Amino acid sequence: MPERTEAGTTSRSRRSPWVSHAVLIAGILIVVFPIYYTFVASTLSLQQILRPPLQLLPGSHFLDNYYEALFGGLGRVGGINVWTLLLNTSIVALSVAVGKIVISILSAYAIVFFRFPFRMTFFWVIFITLMLPVEVRILPTYKVMVDLGLIDTYTGLTLPLMASATATLLFRQFFMTIPGELLEAARVDGAGPWRFFFDFVLPLSKTNIAALFVILFIYGWTQYLWPLLVTNSNDMNTIIIALRKMISYADADTQWHLVMVTTIFAILPPVAVVVLMQRWFVKGLVETEK
Amino acid sequence: MATVALKTVRKVYAGGMEAVKGIDLTVPDGALCVLVGPSGCGKSTLLRMIAGLEEISSGTIEIDGRVVNALEPAERDIAMVFQNYALYPHMSVYDNMAYGLRNRGTPKPEIERKVREAARMLELGSLLDRRPRQLSGGQRQRVAMGRAIVRDPKVFLFDEPLSNLDAKLRGQMRVEIRKLQRDLGVTSIYVTHDQLEAMTLADVLVVMNSGRIEQVGAPLDVYEEPATTFVASFIGAPPMNLLTPDHLSAVGAVLEGLLPADAVTVGIRPEDLGTVEAKSAEAGSAGLITFDVTIDVLEPVGAESYLYARVQDASVVVRLPGRAAVPETGKLKVAAPVDKLHFFDTHGKRVDPVPVAARRLG
Repeated sequence: MPERTEAGTTSRSRRSPWVSHAVLIAGILIVVFPIYYTFVASTLSLQQILRPPLQLLPGSHFLDNYYEALFGGLGRVGGINVWTLLLNTSIVALSVAVGKIVISILSAYAIVFFRFPFRMTFFWVIFITLMLPVEVRILPTYKVMVDLGLIDTYTGLTLPLMASATATLLFRQFFMTIPGELLEAARVDGAGPWRFFFDFVLPLSKTNIAALFVILFIYGWTQYLWPLLVTNSNDMNTIIIALRKMISYADADTQWHLVMVTTIFAILPPVAVVVLMQRWFVKGLVETEK
Repeated sequence: MATVALKTVRKVYAGGMEAVKGIDLTVPDGALCVLVGPSGCGKSTLLRMIAGLEEISSGTIEIDGRVVNALEPAERDIAMVFQNYALYPHMSVYDNMAYGLRNRGTPKPEIERKVREAARMLELGSLLDRRPRQLSGGQRQRVAMGRAIVRDPKVFLFDEPLSNLDAKLRGQMRVEIRKLQRDLGVTSIYVTHDQLEAMTLADVLVVMNSGRIEQVGAPLDVYEEPATTFVASFIGAPPMNLLTPDHLSAVGAVLEGLLPADAVTVGIRPEDLGTVEAKSAEAGSAGLITFDVTIDVLEPVGAESYLYARVQDASVVVRLPGRAAVPETGKLKVAAPVDKLHFFDTHGKRVDPVPVAARRLG
C-alpha cells in the first residue's frame, strides 16, 4: 500500500513508536536521574559527596553506609536507627490506610444501603469536610490531641488522619452501582446486613479497596506536617520527619551519605506497595465482575 | 406445597400513591398463577409484597396458612426469580445456587446433592464452575431458576423472568418453566406484561389494572368471557374490537333484540369477524350480524391475514384465515355470529347477552 504510506496519518503512525519512545525515555531519564543520584550518593563517603564534581558511578562505601544507617545511630536524630524509623512509618501508613478504608467503607455502606433519619444530612456533613483544608483544622486538632494526652503516641499520629470524605465518597459512588436486585436476591437467600456486607459488598469492591490502599498508604507514608507537630521524642519520628531533622543548615554538619541511605529506605516501601498492588489492579481489571 | 392467600392487601407509598388497592386472591396449591397487566398496574409491587421486599400497608398475606406480613423474605419459604436474574457476579454457578442453602445451615453433602440435582434438571452440569458473566442469557436464566429450585420453597415467585431474552429463547424458556413447574408441583406466582406468556403459562390468570384485579379465571375463560372492556382489549392479540351500537347501526348492522338493556359497547374478537360466506357456515342457527367496513390495510402474516379497517371513526381488526381473498381498498361486508358478541355497560362491565328465547320474542 505505497499510496497509503504517503498519507499523513499512516506515515505518522509508522514513525510514532520511535517518537513516543524517545519522549518516554527522555521523561524517564529526567524523573529517574535524581533517584539514581540519590542511590549513587548513598554509596559514597561524606567527603566524596561534598567534593565536586558530582560522581556519576556508585562508590565503594555501599556496605559501610548501609550498615551504619541500619545498625548504628543517625547522629542528628538522637541515635535512632533506620529500622525504628521504618517501623514507625509503616505503622502510621498502614494504620492510616486500613483505618481510612474501614471507616469509609462502613459509612458508605450505611449511607447507601440503610434508610435512617437524617441519612442525607450525615452524607452532606461528611461531604462538607472535604472543603476544609488540612491547615484550617490542624490547630484545633492539635489542641484536642494535647488535651487527650496523645502527643508522641501512634494513636495521636494516625487517628486524626483517618476520617476520609474522599474515600467515603468513592465507595458511595461504587455502591450505588450495585443493582438493587442483587440486594433483594441476597435477602431472599437469607443474607442479613452483615452477611451482605461480607459476602457481597467486600468481594465486589476489592479492586476499589486495592486502589485506595495504594493511594492512602502513600498518603500516610509521606505525611509531613502532622507528624512534625505531634511527635516530640525522636523514637516516635517517621522517616520523613527524621530526614528533615538530619539535614542541618550548615552543609558540613549534615551527614549527607546517611541522608541518602535514609532517603533510599524512605522510597522503597511505597514503591514495593505500588508494584505489589499493581498486579492486583491488573487482575481486578481483567476479571471485571460486573 | 402451599396455598397463597391475599386478603384486602393494600400498598400505599410514602407520597400517598396507592399502588395496590385492596387485592383479594387465593392461589390454590400447586397452581401457576400469572399476574398480568400494563406497566404501573401494581403487579410487580404485589409480587414484591408477597416476597417480603415491600412492606404491606394493610391486609394480610398468608402462605400455607401462616400470616407472613412481618417475616423477612428468607423466613417466608419462597424463592424468587428476578427480571435481570440478579446472579451473584463474584460467585461461581455452583456457589450462586448453594449460597441460600449455606445461609440456612444446610449440611454440605446435602447442598452438593441438591445443587447437582438442580443442575442436572436444568442442563447446567458442565457450567457449575463458570462465573455468571461467562454465561449466555438463557444460561443465566437457568441459573436463576436453579437458585430457586435448590431451596425447595413453598412458593416460586417470578418477576418478568423472560423479558430480557430474545423472542426465540423466550418461547423456549416459557415451555421449560411450564414443564418444570408442573414436574415440581410448586405453587407459583408469575408476573408479566406479555399477554401471550400469561395465556400460555397460567392455571389461574389474574388481570390487573391500576392497582385492582379486573378478572381472575382460567386463561380461556378469561379470553372467552372478559369481565370488563379493559380485559377484553388487554387479553388477545390483536385486541378485541370495541364498538358502540351506534357505530354498528350506522354501517348496516341490525342489533334490534340483541342488545341488552345496559349495553353501551359491543365487543367482537377479530377472529369472530369474517366474510359473510365464511361466517354464515360457522354461525349455524345463531344468526349473524353483518355490516360494512372501509378497508385501510391488509397485513398477510402467513397462516392468517389481518385486515385493518374502519367503521366511521372507530378502527376494526378482522382476522382472516390463510391468504384472504379480499380487496386491498374500498368497502367490505363483514359478518360476526350473534352468539360471539360481547356486551359491556357504561362502567365497562360485562353484560350478559339477551337469552336466545327472549331474542325470538323481540
